[in-house]
Amino acid sequence: MNNLKLNILLLIIAVIAPAVFYPVFLAKILCFALFACAFNLLLGYAGLLSFGHAAFLGTGGYVTGYLMINTGLSPEIAIILGMVAGGILGAIFGKLAVKREGIYFAMVTLALAQLVFFFYLQAPFTNGEDGLQGVPRGAIFGLIDLSNNYTMYYFVLAIFILGYWIINRTVHSPFGQVLKAIRENEDRAISLGYEVNRYKWVAFIISAALASLAGSTKALVFNLASLTDVHWHMSGEVILMTLVGGVGTILGPILGAGIVVSMQNYLSGGELGNYIHIIMGFVFVVCVLSFRSGIVGQLLKFKRNNF
Amino acid sequence: MTTIFGINLFALFGQLLVGLINGSFYALLSLGLAIIFGLLKIINFAQGALYMLGAFCALLALKYLGINYWYALILVPIAVGIVGILMERFLIRPIANEDHLYSLLLTFGLALIIQGAFTHAFGSSGLSYSIPEELKGGIRLPFMYLPNYRAWIIVASIITCVGTWWMIEKTRLGAYLRAGTENPKLMQAFGINVPLLVTLTFGFGVALAGFAGVMAAPVYSVSPDMGSNILIVVFAIVVIGGMGSIGGAIITGLGMGIIEGLTKYFYPEASNTIIFLVMVVVLLLKPAGLFGKEA
Repeated sequence: MNNLKLNILLLIIAVIAPAVFYPVFLAKILCFALFACAFNLLLGYAGLLSFGHAAFLGTGGYVTGYLMINTGLSPEIAIILGMVAGGILGAIFGKLAVKREGIYFAMVTLALAQLVFFFYLQAPFTNGEDGLQGVPRGAIFGLIDLSNNYTMYYFVLAIFILGYWIINRTVHSPFGQVLKAIRENEDRAISLGYEVNRYKWVAFIISAALASLAGSTKALVFNLASLTDVHWHMSGEVILMTLVGGVGTILGPILGAGIVVSMQNYLSGGELGNYIHIIMGFVFVVCVLSFRSGIVGQLLKFKRNNF
Repeated sequence: MTTIFGINLFALFGQLLVGLINGSFYALLSLGLAIIFGLLKIINFAQGALYMLGAFCALLALKYLGINYWYALILVPIAVGIVGILMERFLIRPIANEDHLYSLLLTFGLALIIQGAFTHAFGSSGLSYSIPEELKGGIRLPFMYLPNYRAWIIVASIITCVGTWWMIEKTRLGAYLRAGTENPKLMQAFGINVPLLVTLTFGFGVALAGFAGVMAAPVYSVSPDMGSNILIVVFAIVVIGGMGSIGGAIITGLGMGIIEGLTKYFYPEASNTIIFLVMVVVLLLKPAGLFGKEA
């Protein structure tokens, strides 16, 4: 089955899914899938492990939420502005983080994200621990009312497809090829004359902007922008989603997001709710020890070996 | 006279003391991270969780086994060190040849498990551990009141840090460790058991976190998230100092604690972000870190 057929099949599934599942749950999966895809652009294709992506998810949410509550902007403008804000934050993060490599890169992004966390905790416009509650969904272009969950779902699906397309285009562009070259052998990329840090920086900005797009959309879906989205736990969750699905695969993060979100939804309802972090940690350990290429990665390997 | 130039000396010295105490813990934790990083080239994300484990061990040992603070100060680091040795031997070593980012993720997962288990068992509110009888009370100095236990923390952590530095820089074992940092394969060829050295190093680095945990139990409230909060700050400190030198880790840890204390006095709003801001400035001016060696 080639990629086009697979994509069409997935699209059909996504379109009819609300007939079976609760649309808000599906919209949540799509938001996290976009978030994980954006994260994977960095880890999977540029080999950069960001431990601070929650900062972008949260920034998108706060900016969009604030604009929707306090101004009469329509949701698409509020989302775009949330994305721009995240992109700018990403430009600052990226500029600092690309100065260091490997494990230091992870620590720098984590520390910067914690700085952002404290900023949102103390800033007057975020309502601290309570977060921005009652974010209105508004109406797209002033015409299509989003308060219906089904309409909201298809709007989120459209945004997701846009983000997914941007990531696909980036990965398969000459720019994406250079990123892969940097991941595989940075020294050689430098000797070939590529300004490695600039490529990493641009990749970081794209990834941050798309993560913010996911956060902006999520704020509308849940009518809420809160500190949970900026907390380092969230940065860990997105890593887990990508790892479970398959680092460096196009579809892996989507599958991973679906699995992790479903798992959390399922667990938080039942008596295992208290164990959620233990279980997540356990999945992390198992994935790293014996399942490093993730579900999609394993399937691809299986396909290569047998067909 | 307690004010000079409008500065309340009582309050200022009080915050400086708190800064020094925090700095002592930063130094102990970043020292542990630096030692582990030197030989294994990995960052132990579970260092914070093991620090928390140390504090809880001390608390539980007192409550259920009647082991007092002084015995805990010796026994708990050993216990935490053993946990670390088991972690290294059975979880980290199998993936030692993979990308080091995987070991970071592995230790992150372990941190989630340990923290989650303690949250489940004890809830997220803090418990308290009383100051040992011998160190209650305090000394009245001209500008401040110095509680004995706080003085003890500073003294004990400086002794531990200097002792560790001496062990690494001046003893034969330390020489092996430094050689292993430079070139483990060559050292193996000289007949030194490198895997054993790696395991022991990891155990020692982690034991330092356990030791810090016992020391912290009487001054901070003992809660499951005490480790993760401090660890992110310690990461920033490690970026500021660079992990090139053991002395650098100690000095940066104490220095950042003092800067944090001063900020608490002069501009309290920024007190929990100042260290991250310093990190930003250092990244802009000297990307390799203050004591960093690599380019």
